[in-house]
Amino acid sequence: MTELAHEIEMTRPRSPMRDAWQRFLRNKLALAGLIIVGILVVTAIGAPVLAPRDPATAVLSDKRAEPSREYLLGADELGRDILSRLIYGSRVALMVAVLAVGIATVIGGAIGLVSGFLGGWVDEVLMRLMDILLAFPYLLLAIAVVAALGTGVWKTTIAVAIWAVPNFARVIRGQVLTIKERDYVLAAEALGARTTRQLFVHVAPNTIAPVIVFASLYMANAILLEAALSFLGLGVQPPDASWGLMVASGRDFLRIAPHVSTIPGVAIMVTVLGFNLLGDGLRDAIDPRLKNRF
Amino acid sequence: MRRYVIRRLIGLIPVLLGVIFVTMLTIELIPGDPVAIMLGENARQEQVEALRAHLGLDQPLPVRYVKYVGNVLTGDLGRSIQTNRSVLAEIMDVWPNTLLLAIAAMALAIVVGIAVGIISAIRPYGIVDTVARVLALVGLSMPIFWLGLVLLYAFAYYFRIFPVGGTGSARHYVLPAVALATPSIGVLSRMTRSSLLDVMGEDFIRTARAKGLKGAKIITGHALRNAMIPVMSVVGLQFGQLLGGSVLTETVFSWPGLGRLTVRGIFARDYVLVQGAVLTFAMAFVFINLLIDLSYAYIDPRIHYD
Repeated sequence: MTELAHEIEMTRPRSPMRDAWQRFLRNKLALAGLIIVGILVVTAIGAPVLAPRDPATAVLSDKRAEPSREYLLGADELGRDILSRLIYGSRVALMVAVLAVGIATVIGGAIGLVSGFLGGWVDEVLMRLMDILLAFPYLLLAIAVVAALGTGVWKTTIAVAIWAVPNFARVIRGQVLTIKERDYVLAAEALGARTTRQLFVHVAPNTIAPVIVFASLYMANAILLEAALSFLGLGVQPPDASWGLMVASGRDFLRIAPHVSTIPGVAIMVTVLGFNLLGDGLRDAIDPRLKNRF
Repeated sequence: MRRYVIRRLIGLIPVLLGVIFVTMLTIELIPGDPVAIMLGENARQEQVEALRAHLGLDQPLPVRYVKYVGNVLTGDLGRSIQTNRSVLAEIMDVWPNTLLLAIAAMALAIVVGIAVGIISAIRPYGIVDTVARVLALVGLSMPIFWLGLVLLYAFAYYFRIFPVGGTGSARHYVLPAVALATPSIGVLSRMTRSSLLDVMGEDFIRTARAKGLKGAKIITGHALRNAMIPVMSVVGLQFGQLLGGSVLTETVFSWPGLGRLTVRGIFARDYVLVQGAVLTFAMAFVFINLLIDLSYAYIDPRIHYD
């Protein structure tokens, strides 16, 4: 009986997505990443239920309190519960990263598709424009954007998105260049498919897998960038709870109350690690050949 | 080779013009009247007019752009609104500190990153490799400003081994360079490992094995040089990370560099200074990448440039 089941299993057509999923499940590190990201999503959504205290209530007599039963992770420089602020901070981290990566996927994706598929002078112009944005070292483009636009959650999101767009455009263009030479696209062209049909039916859907991998890895970078901007005072502003801001707020008391700065940093690191593990795992599961490209 | 260098330099021109344009936009995009914002509420009317004229804001954008490009080419980045000194002079005062820190971090990242990558590749998927890969991923997930604070607490406050901040001696470099280099160590070790493993699958490696050579010898004698090309291109990109990251490390370690000057400039609304600083970072990054591209020729004699 089990042998028969096995035989049926063997003869069933194997879907590439199912294969990829099986490979993913076998990868312990990838699963760890999925769990971390899952926990982050749950905390972000359930923040009001999960937070033991109000994140904004300051009890001045408890300022810089060390971790105790009352304040599980201690209190910050104004006497606010660090754990509750971390939980609410996960909302900001996740929201900025998801929106920024979403914007970058749409805009960068469109640029990459058009550039890679049409080639010629369109490609040349678009890619030179992307080169210009990429010429600004990490963080400095975002700083320039924030310097001009100002700070806050939305402007930080825009700054992070602008930094991510050229990276997405380049990767998706690279994908399109390999896909458009594949036989099924050439066949579609030979059969007289219009350019738009070739692009949207044959090329674009096949970039989705690498885009998912890339987006996951860029979620990690987006969270880091938001935290860095907020740490500098150029990102999310008080009273919003941002992890980077929390690290900055404890800086002046590092010597006497190191937990105020260091604990939020652990949250940043674990979250970023989670997205990196997830992205690595997805890449290895979907297409290990992408390894050298990202 | 010379023709290739010239072609690359010409190819840089549109990128640099674009970089200058984008930097110019930072003032352009400030909502409201940038001059009023920069000078604050208490500025006198003459001051406002003088700065407006200095920045040329009364002229149309294309005219201003051409002028700005001309100024940049002659090294005139305007005057700092705070100090009224030439922005170029302000930048040059601190730029060496930033560059030296970035170079120190880069050297550290290259040595440690490539070493870890090699160790990983000797026995892929073994225990050492697994530990090294996880550590590499932890390293590149590290927020460097936080790592800096942790190092500061541990090695400057708790164990008083290193100074709390500032420059002066080689000891001042240790903590900021380690904080700055850590994510790059992760990136470079991953790249070295995967590039080495690719090369290890090639025929000439099999020949070397057939000759009787063993693991480490094959890597150092045959595979490494071939595996370095992709690693080198990542080194170039990492330099951008280090220059950008210097904004964070300099803030944490009170390092008198361009990164800290930039942040201060933003808070002081000294946009002329910020423009100059951002431009300097971008130009440095562009030229470092050019140098690295050119250095490929020395690593890989198979590449011909004509």
